[in-house]
Amino acid sequence: MREVAIIGVGMTKFGELWDQSIRDMFAEAGLKAMENAKVDKIDALYVGAMSSGLYAYQEHLGSLMADYLGQVGVPAVRVESACASGGQAVRLGFMDVASGMHDIVLVGGVEKMWDVEDGTFVLATAADQEYEVYNGVTFPGLYAMIARAYMDRYGLTREELAQVPIKNHKHAVNNPNAQYPFEIDLKQVLNSSMVADPLRLLDCSPITDGAACLILCPLDRAKEFTDKYVKIRGVGVASGPIALHDHKDLTRLEAVHLAAQRAYQMAGVSPNDIDFAEVHDCFSIAEIVVAEELGFFEYGTAGKAIAEGQATYGGKVVINSSGGLKAKGHPVGATGVAQLIEAYLQLTNQAGKRQVPNARLGLTQNMGGSGGSCVIHILEGM
Amino acid sequence: MANSQRYTREIPHRYRLEAQKFPSGFVSLSRRYCDPISGKKEFEKINLKGTGKILTYTIIHVTSDQFKLLTPYAVAIIETDEGARVTAMITDTKFEDLKIGARVEFVFRKIMEEGASGIINYGYKAKVVE
Repeated sequence: MREVAIIGVGMTKFGELWDQSIRDMFAEAGLKAMENAKVDKIDALYVGAMSSGLYAYQEHLGSLMADYLGQVGVPAVRVESACASGGQAVRLGFMDVASGMHDIVLVGGVEKMWDVEDGTFVLATAADQEYEVYNGVTFPGLYAMIARAYMDRYGLTREELAQVPIKNHKHAVNNPNAQYPFEIDLKQVLNSSMVADPLRLLDCSPITDGAACLILCPLDRAKEFTDKYVKIRGVGVASGPIALHDHKDLTRLEAVHLAAQRAYQMAGVSPNDIDFAEVHDCFSIAEIVVAEELGFFEYGTAGKAIAEGQATYGGKVVINSSGGLKAKGHPVGATGVAQLIEAYLQLTNQAGKRQVPNARLGLTQNMGGSGGSCVIHILEGM
Repeated sequence: MANSQRYTREIPHRYRLEAQKFPSGFVSLSRRYCDPISGKKEFEKINLKGTGKILTYTIIHVTSDQFKLLTPYAVAIIETDEGARVTAMITDTKFEDLKIGARVEFVFRKIMEEGASGIINYGYKAKVVE
């Protein structure tokens, strides 16, 4: 297997992009990434999108985006794994390059979420339509049920839970692409409107438009293009039960654990070696459970650790320096790719005011549904 | 709206709680053809009695258009006495009576209507009985 590098990145601002369609956004991010990597031709294209059909009435994104990136003729396909679509696109591009099938691969993700009214319905299609959604459950509702089970078992308090979005908003202040680059306080979280008890509005990642793209190539060719590149050192993917009720332990997301073990093993590193991580904080409780599954904290302790500052600058591991899904924004299909962009910026010392000092190893964790899929990448600065 | 078969084919579990019990001990209300972990194809058909307890729950305040008129409403993950895990809406129950471990009973209820001329959808909900 060949070693794989990221040699360029591009993304739109995340937020309410009223002037841009799904293709406008992807074209902007893709062309920026190609310009950043100094490539004008690619060998293959993968586009991650959760539900372009329901959100933008547009399928067949592979060909559409190849066309609008000036790359008609290349193999191009859209990849779907709910909220992990972006991460899965990156992994397929990685496999193309690692296997020797292709040299220059563009992997990206996109979601146009603000054009529809009933976004709750679209997001819920990532859950089990017949056995969960038919009975009235929503996406926040699934994570609310994880939160309630976790709080009941481990005594996590509502105030501790609030520290996750408070931290991530604080990080987003220094991210110019973030949807919500401002701080929030405890009172605001606890007084925000109830979405699915115990989760309130400020526990939930927002509705976001956006696109993000990366250019991959063999590590031994990276220098031909740029001196700013990073190596993808490990990849791990796992599936989990589609329905939350089929998770044996409702306080865990076992696919995250499984994917993490695979990624750590491939990279030959352990959780203690990781300097920073971008994790899938679709809801506040998700960051807590994920931080435990990744091995950063013992089961039942991550909430307290995060509240004590262990997941910010100066702590054990900086989690979501970008602001995370909560404050940077969560254009579903783009999220998994944008996580790797943050890791690339950190590892090439281009993260500006949110730079993690001496960052050498970063981890990205992208998750679909209520733990039905998980993609993890471990990246190394060169 | 599409054909009505997509509705009638789901009647066995929606109306009668027809389930499957696998040799591993796994009990599934969702229609399966093999055990999700081992892939083994042997199972026994059973009908759930419709009793169990709440493992976790939430009270939903923001929902899709289909359920908007019901908010706020509760949804729970229930473990039936046979060991099946089922996600169900809670009905006929005060929110203050909801707790992890509370005993519930399944009841037959209308779930939703598919617009003015669409199918009326029925199925199971659960109520707290103690």
